[in-house]
Amino acid sequence: MGRIVLDKVTKRFGSVEVIPPLDLTIEDGEFTVFVGPSGCGKSTLLRLIAGLEDLSSGKIEIDGSDVSAVPPAKRGLAMVFQSYALYPHMSVRKNIAFPLRMAKLDQAEIDRRVSNAAQVLNLTDYLDRRPGQLSGGQRQRVAIGRAIVREPSAFLFDEPLSNLDAALRVGMRLEISELHKRLETTMIYVTHDQVEAMTMADKIVVLRAGNIEQVGSPLDLYNQPRNRFVAGFIGSPRMNFLEGAVAAKHGAHAIGFRPEHLGLSLTEGEWKGKVGVAEHLGSDTFLHVHPENGGETITVRVDGEFSARHGDIVYLTPIADKIHRFAADGLRIQ
Amino acid sequence: MATQHSRSAARFMMAPAVILLLGWMLVPLVMTLWFSFRRFLPNRPDIVPGWVGFDNYVRFVTSSAFWPSVQTTLIIVGGALLITIVLGVLLALLLDQPMWGQGVVRILVIAPFFVMPTVSALVWKNIFMDPVNGLFAHLWRAFGAEPVVWLSDAPLFSIILIVSWQWLPFATLILLTAIQSLDSEQLEASEMDGAPPLSRFFYIILPHLSRAITIVILIQTIFLLSVFAEIFVTTGGAFGTRTLTYLIFQRVLESQNVGLGSAGGVYAIILANIIAIFLMRIVGKNLDA
Repeated sequence: MGRIVLDKVTKRFGSVEVIPPLDLTIEDGEFTVFVGPSGCGKSTLLRLIAGLEDLSSGKIEIDGSDVSAVPPAKRGLAMVFQSYALYPHMSVRKNIAFPLRMAKLDQAEIDRRVSNAAQVLNLTDYLDRRPGQLSGGQRQRVAIGRAIVREPSAFLFDEPLSNLDAALRVGMRLEISELHKRLETTMIYVTHDQVEAMTMADKIVVLRAGNIEQVGSPLDLYNQPRNRFVAGFIGSPRMNFLEGAVAAKHGAHAIGFRPEHLGLSLTEGEWKGKVGVAEHLGSDTFLHVHPENGGETITVRVDGEFSARHGDIVYLTPIADKIHRFAADGLRIQ
Repeated sequence: MATQHSRSAARFMMAPAVILLLGWMLVPLVMTLWFSFRRFLPNRPDIVPGWVGFDNYVRFVTSSAFWPSVQTTLIIVGGALLITIVLGVLLALLLDQPMWGQGVVRILVIAPFFVMPTVSALVWKNIFMDPVNGLFAHLWRAFGAEPVVWLSDAPLFSIILIVSWQWLPFATLILLTAIQSLDSEQLEASEMDGAPPLSRFFYIILPHLSRAITIVILIQTIFLLSVFAEIFVTTGGAFGTRTLTYLIFQRVLESQNVGLGSAGGVYAIILANIIAIFLMRIVGKNLDA
């Protein structure tokens, strides 16, 4: 069980309001990702749920009971930190067993749970090593092991993959998703990386300056962004935006279209432009096209085989039903 | 420092300093060794100087004052270490808390370290421990108790107190920097793991401090072994406060027996080195972790 409800939660540091009143419900068993640019309050929100920061007002409920004043250890949550926060002077075994020892479980039960967790996370061979002798990915797994032995009602992850290299990050992403499928426990995951959010989440919460911009499934956010901020934040490369006369033709203050929703032709199309930088990824090529009317650079995704040179003239046409229209206040026009 | 040329130039330029330091160390050491094998009493013209072999060494160890002085030395070193480390850890924990006037308080805490040993011992002797006019005497009388004659009733404890007061700032400073280097996420993780404050201290903070503590022990031991001024200006070696260092001083300067004192000095060098090697091993083991 692990249904977490935030009710008008606020957080102020001195006179600065980091989190204005915020409501959010996280259903039991859901993989929820908090995503947003750095400084948007996502880590603070996670620490509020963990109990490492005090609420300024509002309340937090876990499984129906108010935990606003309950100390972190008693909330039944486990957290994985960005720096892993392993205890350097203890072996992997002792690290994983630490929460159980603090809970005063008997030794047989501790051993059973530790070896279980070690098996799940492929750590059995490393149990007697110190954290200093492990690689980044292994440390990450120890930190997760320390969280799962407590059998918490929810896991909190604070940017757990940001210290790993790119290849390892993809692997750990899969492992964490796998773990979630197996444990079916509520997980809250904080990241600034929208790719992590899109690939892992059941539900994404997009935050900006402490405000929730939109809550929804990854594809909801991709297909129906509520406003221009979400539209620009979700998706890679980011959405192109055009304002002015072009947008007015569509009856909007601004229009947005994703790089993958543009048709490209060498002979005809709606906008003419000159190819700037071409990024060849093998599977895809991203072209940065400078429109001839001098507007903002448009990114377009084309097939990896497409060969364009710097300075080539191309024509772009957005796919009509994939154009998002935004009003002057940034909200998307349905 | 890459080329042959720059390496030899560097050695050439370092040479004067190295030679000076070596000479500074070696000349007194060799002279001590030399005197320790000789009969040499400058104030006794009737005793002819000459070689005596290991006679001085045997006499120094078999003298009735030797073992008590070793014991006294160890008690003073051990007592001062205990007090400075326990109080040092507590003070460091306290100073690590954010508080008003933190900078000033930290400077005040460090201040005793800048007071010369002779001065601080005199201050303690005359202002705190004087049985008639000392602050302690007034305090005792305020509660209707008989004032303690510190330097004759509890001489060892008094000296340990004075020495600890001097070295507490050093321990606090080293331990404070160690505490500040502790990753706060580790403390938060242990809090999430259900560790109450006392367990957090014993399982997380204290192990983190272990290396700093061994360094404090190592450095303080080396300096505490040679405590002298504090004894000289307070008890003058009376009431069982004669340490090994003080015994050597008495042999050389009070009895004017340079040979016997030098033999004692060689024993002190050996003792200090045994302790240093022992402690270096502990530090080395800690550095592996």
